[in-house]
Amino acid sequence: MSTLSLTSAFTLLLKRDLTLAYRRRAELVNPLLFFVLVTAMFPLGIGNDPILIQKVGPGVVWVAALLAALLSLDAMFRSDYEDGSLEQFMLSAHPVSILVLAKVLAHWMVTGLPLFIAAPLLAMMLNIPNQAIPTLMLTLVLGTPVLSLIGSVGVALTVGLRRGGVILSLLVLPLFVPVLIFATDAVNTAAVGIPTTAQISILGAMLVGSIVLAPAATAASLRISLS
Amino acid sequence: MNVFMRWFHKMGSPKYFYEVSGKMIPWFMWTFIITLVYGLYQGMIVSPPDYQQGESVRIMYIHVPAAWMSMFIYVVMAVSGLISLVWRIKMTEIFVISSATVGASFTFLALATGSLWGKPMWGTWWVWDARLTSELILLFLYLGIIALHSAIEDKRVAARAISILALVGVVNIPIIHYSVEWWNTLHQTSSVTMTGKKAMSTSMLIPLLVMSVSFKLYYGAVVLMRARAELLERDRNTRWVEEVVQEDTK
Repeated sequence: MSTLSLTSAFTLLLKRDLTLAYRRRAELVNPLLFFVLVTAMFPLGIGNDPILIQKVGPGVVWVAALLAALLSLDAMFRSDYEDGSLEQFMLSAHPVSILVLAKVLAHWMVTGLPLFIAAPLLAMMLNIPNQAIPTLMLTLVLGTPVLSLIGSVGVALTVGLRRGGVILSLLVLPLFVPVLIFATDAVNTAAVGIPTTAQISILGAMLVGSIVLAPAATAASLRISLS
Repeated sequence: MNVFMRWFHKMGSPKYFYEVSGKMIPWFMWTFIITLVYGLYQGMIVSPPDYQQGESVRIMYIHVPAAWMSMFIYVVMAVSGLISLVWRIKMTEIFVISSATVGASFTFLALATGSLWGKPMWGTWWVWDARLTSELILLFLYLGIIALHSAIEDKRVAARAISILALVGVVNIPIIHYSVEWWNTLHQTSSVTMTGKKAMSTSMLIPLLVMSVSFKLYYGAVVLMRARAELLERDRNTRWVEEVVQEDTK
């Protein structure tokens, strides 16, 4: 029987995942590069009309963030599944949902947080008004963890499959929709100078709700995938 | 154990389910045909055209029941998913995937009839209205469930995986329902309410309700047929399937 407390198990797993991510620094920038590139494609596709770009800006940033999150999701459990450490987590004395939460947190710090840091730059490039930029950052801070949490359920369900990636996008993109709607609505509202408390509160509620519910669903899905 | 619980337990046995459902299907089918004919007659001929929408209001007698079914089936699916996850009942596992395909068809029907109605009424086939969008998302959820089920080789594992997915997706059902109130847009607000004042004349309400009963009976018949087929395929190596097949080929 392990004498490791739950808190130290959580921090150990978090540290382990962050170290693993840091050792592969080249892969670390991939989601960020993808985010910037996708955002840069939109003005090229829709023309260089500044007013039009300003109008679609918040939506573009958020869709790009959504796709970047989706792209990086697949790696969340992949290597642990392949080398068997995922099965060891299942066998541990601690609740799997808490361990899952540590893994999701590590994943978000590696893939979600860089997007948050790059967002102001992209917002300037897309002519998003200055007063809306704090709101954009706030929606990203509240919204991208929700994407990672909901995504973890999808990854857990598809981790054993050979062609998991395509199915994964079919499973999780529809579930991302509420986040997208409220986040872009908040930024658009802030751009015209109207308070956004309502949308931010709903995003916060989604974050709290998914922190509570998603790890349990992910743990159950992992058990099924590994059976 | 009371009568109902005993019946429920018996239905858990594949062989008993196969026999009983075989007897139930004709009942569902005939009552479906009778209510369909009556509902269509009431809707297409007896009920008056709307004073604003004219004859195109008749699309509603298909559209609204189909949209109701799309949500109803999702809830049925999620509940059977929950039952199969908690009590590991094989028959409810089969119901999850059997319902998914029927539900996806009803969702598609609701979207297709909706856009046929939208063209003369709103002047466009499609608007990004909250309700339409969430119905589209519902279709994607159904398709995701079907795709996941077909991707996993072991069908018992697949059934449990889609049960979880159905439970996660059931969060979407209230969003669909309350989206009318959340985002006030082009779509009609609900006209049929239990309380409140009546927004629809009885001559239109009757065909609508008859059609919705009819669609439920259709679902009952088709889901049982699909469940039987799925059951035979899963249990193809067992004794009772062998007996059934031998009896049929006699």
